[in-house]
Amino acid sequence: MTISTLTRGGAQREQQHCLRKMERVIIAMQDPDIGLKMRNQRLLITVIPHAMTGNDIMEWLIQKYNITDEEAGHLGGLLVQYGYIYPLKEPRSLILRSDDSPYRFQTPYFWTSSRWPASELDYAIYLAKKNIRKQGELVDYEKQNYNLLHKRINHTWDFVVMQAREQIRASKQRRKADRIVLECQEQAYWLVNKPCPGAFDVFDLGPERCNVLNSRVILNSSLLFFLLRISSVPNNSLSSHFLLSLSCVCSFMKFCDQYHQHDPIMSGCLPSNPWISDDTTHWTINTDLVGTPTRLRVERWSFSFMELLNDCLGRREFMTYLEKEFSGENLCFWEACEDLRHGESSKIILKVEEVYKTFLSPGAARWVNIDSKTMERTLEGIKQPHRFVMDDAQMHIYFLMKKDSYPRYLKSDLYKNMLSKAIVPQETKKSVFPFMRRQRHSSPSPAMVSQATEDNEPKYL
Amino acid sequence: FSGSFGEVYQTFHLSIYMSSNNKFSISPEMATQEVQPNETLSNLKAESDTLKTKLEDERAKLHDVELHQVAEKVDGLGQFIMKTRRTLKGHGNKVLCMDWCKDKRRIVSSSQDGKVIVWDAFTTNKEHAVTMPCTWVMACAYAPSGCAVACGGLDNKCSVYPLSLDKNENLAAKKKSVAMHTNYLSACSFTNSDMQILTSSGDGTCALWDVESGQLLQSFHGHAADVLCLDLAPSETGNTFISGGCDKKANVWDMRSGQCIQSFETHESDINSVRYYPSGDAFASGSDDATCRLYDLRADREVAIYSKESIIFGASSVDFSLSGRLLFGGYNDYTINVWDVLKGTRVSILFGHENRVSALRVSPDGTAFCSGSWDHTLRVWA
Repeated sequence: MTISTLTRGGAQREQQHCLRKMERVIIAMQDPDIGLKMRNQRLLITVIPHAMTGNDIMEWLIQKYNITDEEAGHLGGLLVQYGYIYPLKEPRSLILRSDDSPYRFQTPYFWTSSRWPASELDYAIYLAKKNIRKQGELVDYEKQNYNLLHKRINHTWDFVVMQAREQIRASKQRRKADRIVLECQEQAYWLVNKPCPGAFDVFDLGPERCNVLNSRVILNSSLLFFLLRISSVPNNSLSSHFLLSLSCVCSFMKFCDQYHQHDPIMSGCLPSNPWISDDTTHWTINTDLVGTPTRLRVERWSFSFMELLNDCLGRREFMTYLEKEFSGENLCFWEACEDLRHGESSKIILKVEEVYKTFLSPGAARWVNIDSKTMERTLEGIKQPHRFVMDDAQMHIYFLMKKDSYPRYLKSDLYKNMLSKAIVPQETKKSVFPFMRRQRHSSPSPAMVSQATEDNEPKYL
Repeated sequence: FSGSFGEVYQTFHLSIYMSSNNKFSISPEMATQEVQPNETLSNLKAESDTLKTKLEDERAKLHDVELHQVAEKVDGLGQFIMKTRRTLKGHGNKVLCMDWCKDKRRIVSSSQDGKVIVWDAFTTNKEHAVTMPCTWVMACAYAPSGCAVACGGLDNKCSVYPLSLDKNENLAAKKKSVAMHTNYLSACSFTNSDMQILTSSGDGTCALWDVESGQLLQSFHGHAADVLCLDLAPSETGNTFISGGCDKKANVWDMRSGQCIQSFETHESDINSVRYYPSGDAFASGSDDATCRLYDLRADREVAIYSKESIIFGASSVDFSLSGRLLFGGYNDYTINVWDVLKGTRVSILFGHENRVSALRVSPDGTAFCSGSWDHTLRVWA
């Protein structure tokens, strides 16, 4: 079932965009100077002018776009599927053969973009013509469509038959070669626009889009703020913007470089990529709370504070370190704030109270050291607790840990020991017998694991 | 890389600070002007266009740096080989969306006929299946705990299904309706926990919901047409997300206030997919204009375009490899193009699907990526 294509909505706009681009390719292909060399092709006993072979099409695409055979074949195949080029032999098979099969360009009159959507009346006339010319030339789905149309537009059926007869008569007056060409063109058009059920349908587009909503003109505030910033910079500081630009761009290179070894698709993973070797060792040695982590994993904790916190093992190690320094309450506070921010709405008031009692109230068991201004603001906010009431305090503690405890942790013996103990798995040699497929074992579903443990565990990461 | 870049990096902080004390030449009031009763639409449009041109002129004076220029010194990537390692067959119709579980091997996928399937992609076994009461389930997401999935589409809702391992239990019975929009649901994502869901819709808005109560926590208005995609920031403060829509805009939102804090409009057609760069400082977008683009959030502009003359059809879905060096794009011409993010060149083109690629996600540990297609299958590539 196709979604209605009668109105020109967003999906059709997208289609039109692509069709225009395909048309540009087609026009380039027909350019007298840089286009394809066309010649006469023999079809049975008639000579068809301006035809080319599948091979010609492939070669032209390869040369023009500097692409491989495979890609050229794919692109050429799309041009055929969308009806811009049609095969002379086996017209119902809309594929591009990279041999000397003959093809022709479709005339712009019959381009998918020009006559859209295809008119029911035109289709009826086409089928009627086929029927009149040769009884039994219609194939099954065409017969069905013919009968359906006969019912649906019965009131104009006389007109349909008359038009069909008239067009047949007119075509008989043309030269045989022209007649055949026109018939091929028309047939190609209908094969694309009324495909056999089950075949590729170029009009299968998906649900409608683009309900343009606002007719208000809201001047984009961010554009304007940018303009304010820029127009206020005197000319001799233009370089500062350039430097900002440059540094941003450099940071990407830095990041890619730093994570290069950690990217399995770029650098492979040890002992092997489970998807390639069917061996899940890589996953078992990297589980959340594994006994001895891998070296790469421990190294990653030093890339940024977020990396350390995002890894349960790293976070646990960091907690151990903080407790040694008697500042474990900072991390606990941060975790409690995260739980508040991402937890159920119904538990907010309860959680805020807990956090206050444990971390903020005077004489609290695990009092955290926040500057007086932030503390004042937070205590004020607690009077009307909401999900973000601890944000300022949480940010303060986060940056405290990041600027102070984290760098010291990285220099500590605790971390250095972790790094030296960390394992570096051996790369698995490629199997001697590549055809022997390993057994793929299933793993326990997270849903099951969680059902076993209690619900009181915070479900955030 | 060379020392001069390092130096440059350090000095920029100082120069920006020095330039912030100058006078403004345009009044701040203009920043949030709305239609006044006596002003016509065309007047305002004209004003907006003049400002846009002025902005472009100013930007042109700044000799902005293009990413690929700076990346000339970076080593090129060698021969790139990725193959289909798993093919997941079981959907009876077009696959529209997919998401990975945090366990790195499970996947949830949704399709046109209303089916939502949870797979162990490694063994290719189907573990759960739900039939939604609507067709065109365009959005699905796996909960961080791995215990639930969210999905929605033409029903304008986002529903959460807890995953039960009891074979006899009907998953549909435990379904929880969370989000309600006034048009189709285009994308959904859990935030850091199972308790909140972010959605985007054909009604032009995004919204943040509390799963337990179904309460709307925040809504985000600013797109002028259907919102098609969203992605949450991996940043430290975890408070922003991006969205892309049919108005060709990619917006950055503050989750707490509901405000749009940045906006980018350089695409020439609908933006089908947005994805953050792993560091959170940039994001990529894929559009119907057959290009993918990279936007830098701190420099506040587009820094790279990934396109080729031979690529005619739109990009439906994009994602980065773990290091951010590669950008994978699933396209409507059934192919997957792999781009070198830094150099701007195409590294490889992957064939295999027999109809549009509608969804593409890299696995959580970066060992593989999965693509879903209108040819009814999903493929895992490594």
